[in-house]
Amino acid sequence: MADSNRVDRPLSPHLTTYRIIFRPQITSFSSIMIRVTGIGMMFGVLLAVWWLLAAALGPEAFATADAVATSWFGDLVFTLSLLAVWYHYLGGLRHLLWDTGRGLELRTVELLGWGCIIGSVVLTILTLIVI
Amino acid sequence: MVQFALPKNSKIRVGKTWPKPEGKNVRKFCIYRWDPDTGENPRVDSYFVDMDSCGPMVLDALIKIKTEIDPTLTFRRSCREGICGSCSMNIDGINTLACIYGLDEIKGDVKIYPLPHMKVVKDLIPDMTLFYAQHAAIKPWLETKTATPATEWRQSIEDRKKLDGLYECVMCGSCSAACPSYWWNSDLYYGPATLLHAYRWIVDSRDEATGERLDALEDPFKLYRCHHILNCTQTCPKGLNPALAIAQIKKLMVERMS
Repeated sequence: MADSNRVDRPLSPHLTTYRIIFRPQITSFSSIMIRVTGIGMMFGVLLAVWWLLAAALGPEAFATADAVATSWFGDLVFTLSLLAVWYHYLGGLRHLLWDTGRGLELRTVELLGWGCIIGSVVLTILTLIVI
Repeated sequence: MVQFALPKNSKIRVGKTWPKPEGKNVRKFCIYRWDPDTGENPRVDSYFVDMDSCGPMVLDALIKIKTEIDPTLTFRRSCREGICGSCSMNIDGINTLACIYGLDEIKGDVKIYPLPHMKVVKDLIPDMTLFYAQHAAIKPWLETKTATPATEWRQSIEDRKKLDGLYECVMCGSCSAACPSYWWNSDLYYGPATLLHAYRWIVDSRDEATGERLDALEDPFKLYRCHHILNCTQTCPKGLNPALAIAQIKKLMVERMS
C-alpha cells in the first residue's frame, strides 16, 4: 500500500471537475441552496433590525433607515429574503420527510428539489400579493 | 476543513498534446497526469484516439492509449465488468467505473481525472488508505455472541432481502469521493460507502452487535456530517442508494431512544 507521506502528493481536483459549478445536478443544487438561503435571509433581518433600531433612536435616524428600507434596494433585499425564507422552509420540510426514511429515491429527491424551487417562487409571489 | 482552492502543489498545468492519428473518427481525451518522480505539478495531457479501432467503454480507450500511445499512463483496472471496483475515476464530471461507462454517454471531449479530493499516488490512482481504514473501522463482518451453529447461520428469505441494494457495493469509492461533506471532513466523517457498509451489517438479521454498531456511529461527525446532498446516490455506478442507508441509520438512532 502506498505510503502517503513519502512524497508531497497533490490533492486531486474536486469543485472544478465535479458537476457542481459547470453542470449542476438538481440534487446538489437544491441542497446547497438551503445553506445559501439560510445565510441570505440574514440580510433581510439586518435591514429590518436597522429599521427598528433607527425608529427607537429618533426621527433623523429613522428617516435615513426608512429611505433605504422603502427604496428599490430595500424592496429587493426584502423580496429576496422572503424567497430565501420560503425556500429554507420548504427545504426544511424536505429534510423532515427524509428523517423518516422516506422520499430518498433519486427520482423523488429530484422532484422534491424542483418542488422547493418552484414552490418558493410561487409562495413568494402569493405573499407579495397578500401583503 | 473547508478549503475551496487546491493547494499550491496541486494546481493543474497544461500538459503535452500527443500526436493525432489519421482517420475520420478521432476523439480527444483530456487526462490528468502526475508523476511523483519529477516533482512537477499535475498536468492535463491531450490524447487523440481513433474510435473506429477502439472498444465501446472508457476503459477500452484508456488501455488503447497506454498500449499504443503512452505506456507511462497509469491507472487501476482489473475485471473490466464493474465487479472489482478498481477503475473508479472522475469521468465527464461524475465518479464512475471506467469499464462500465460507455464512451457514447459522453458529449464532446472525454475528460478524465482521478477520484476528487484525494491524495494522488500517480496519474489516475488515488491513495485509498484512509478509505479502507474507515471501512475496517465499522467491523465489516458478522459479529455474534451465541455459539456458532453446527451448520450455517440461518436467515429467512425476508431477512435476506433486506441486504439487497447493500451487499452489491464493490467499494470503488465513487460515492465518498463525490460527497462534499467527505471532501471537507474525510478525517472525521466516514462517508457514504463506509456508512452503507455499516448499515449492511446493522440490518443483517444474523448480526448480534447492532447496539454496539450504533454506539460506534453516535458521533457528530462519523454519521451526522451527511446533509443529504445526494451526490453519492447520483453517482453510484452500481445504482445503489447510500443516502437512503444513512437515513435508515439515523432513523434507528432515534427509534432506539424511545
